[in-house]
Amino acid sequence: MDELMEILKGARPDVDFENEEALIDDGILVSFDIIYIVNAINEAFDIEVNVSQLKPENFNSAKAMWEMIQNMQE
Amino acid sequence: MNEYNVLDFLESSAAKYPDRVAFKDKDESINYKDLLLRSQKISFVIRKNAHMEPFEKNRPVAVFIDRNIRSLQLFLSVVYSGNFYVPIDPTLPVERMQAMLDTLQPVCCISATKRKLPIEAESFDSLLEQAEQIDESYCESVKRIREFAIDTDPVYAIFTSGTTGIPKSVIVSHRSVIDLVHRFAESFPFPDQPVMANQAPFDFDVSVKDIYNSLNLGGTVVIVPKSYFVMPAALFPYLQENKVNVLIWAVSALRIVQNFKLFDACVPDSISLVMFSGEIMPVKCLNYLMDYWKEATFVNLYGPTEITCNCSSYIIKDRLEDTDSIPIGKSFANTEMFLIDPDTMKRIRKAGEKGEICVKGSCLALGYYRNPEQTDKAFVQDPEVTAYKDLMYRTGDIGYCDESGNFYYAGRKDHQIKHMGHRIEMGEIETVVNAIDEIKMACAVYKEEKEMICLFYSADSECDDIIIKQIRKFLPAYMLPNKFIYMHELPMNAHAKIDRKKLAEQEIF
Repeated sequence: MDELMEILKGARPDVDFENEEALIDDGILVSFDIIYIVNAINEAFDIEVNVSQLKPENFNSAKAMWEMIQNMQE
Repeated sequence: MNEYNVLDFLESSAAKYPDRVAFKDKDESINYKDLLLRSQKISFVIRKNAHMEPFEKNRPVAVFIDRNIRSLQLFLSVVYSGNFYVPIDPTLPVERMQAMLDTLQPVCCISATKRKLPIEAESFDSLLEQAEQIDESYCESVKRIREFAIDTDPVYAIFTSGTTGIPKSVIVSHRSVIDLVHRFAESFPFPDQPVMANQAPFDFDVSVKDIYNSLNLGGTVVIVPKSYFVMPAALFPYLQENKVNVLIWAVSALRIVQNFKLFDACVPDSISLVMFSGEIMPVKCLNYLMDYWKEATFVNLYGPTEITCNCSSYIIKDRLEDTDSIPIGKSFANTEMFLIDPDTMKRIRKAGEKGEICVKGSCLALGYYRNPEQTDKAFVQDPEVTAYKDLMYRTGDIGYCDESGNFYYAGRKDHQIKHMGHRIEMGEIETVVNAIDEIKMACAVYKEEKEMICLFYSADSECDDIIIKQIRKFLPAYMLPNKFIYMHELPMNAHAKIDRKKLAEQEIF
């Protein structure tokens, strides 16, 4: 989770990733943040996030992203 | 071919295809016949509510936009009212919105969004309700306004980043938009019945091409929800479902397609024309698109807002090598594009030699609204013409020409950048940061290879939080730097200025 937090902070130093739960629904993250974040987590966790996973429920919070990553690593 | 008002496009298509859908979004759509009628009626209400005298025209109307067809209906209503529209993004910081309105001093503010606004504006619903109650007298008013319209009247103004921290508003005439639409119709193979997927926000002039090309050709503009570009699982199915055949998109949007390999899940198969602009298109991305849309025509477009969207184009014939650069091509008909040496102001005519790209023609904007100083700096007399007034626009872009006459983009002569499809002056970020008490010096540098805005600053102690707060208060979200680098002192060059070159070379982790 720390590694993910590091990536997220790197993408958007102004966002409170610990507490935000509507990163997508509230329009906090924009398309380029997502590109940066997806590329970074693909590399860091050796996974490949695919198109069908690019849904709000997987990216609305750091926790949701972390769950998606863990499911993919299993 | 003798239009003198952009509304001629709407009227001619409404006569030919009254029942065709003109605009469509996720929730609703409107056909040409209704669009025409409704815009005319709302225009009457706008004039009435703003207490405009019968002789008054060409006043700014601020339109708070959203990703919906209501925004487009209000634009056309404003044009029918004899005024020009200024799209304003309601998600901008309040201070910035206020600065825009201070520049504009609009005759009224109207809103197409359901968002809560910090500024009073008449809602679409209210305008529509009033419009439905008026009698036939609006017809006379619409006719009269048109009788005293000329093609050098403004049609819209669009805000863009300014170095001084005050956003500049580029104001564009009917003549320029009409010229653009004709150049597009004669230069590119549009399908018989175009269905354009609108990606560009309406406060960006890329969207002007969707709106008026479609009105001219009797096409349909389908507005793609913004969220589809953030979470793109739904993007291609939406294009497919709407049988979209034309994309006039920012390069940054097409890069999303490549980045997330959107073709893996769905290939929209009616796409026949793909045009892009705004940034340099990476060949890898272009090749990826060409692999899947084999029959489509791909066009690289070039031009800043000040020359009305685009002034040159290049149709890509074959697949390119990864190391090739894509030309920005040759200028449209009725448009002159050339290079000058910015120091001597002399024309550069030798192939391969670099110079500043300058543009002349009906495409030139009317200048920056209420900003004669900046207007005079950018819209200048052609130095080769001394006998009469003949303006050219200095783009600030550096380019060169090859033996065959194709132009290439080669960077900027100042500190303007393109980031995430947005045009940003580094000076604008610096002005806002330098206004903070704690800051001694600040310098914004763009790291192109990482696509990151880095802000180097000196202060008594590290204060990223204060800077972030300040930027969020005054600037759009896309101007927020990606990295903040605190330094005890910034490096200076021999001219006692901040050494940008040194900062640009500094490794960032």
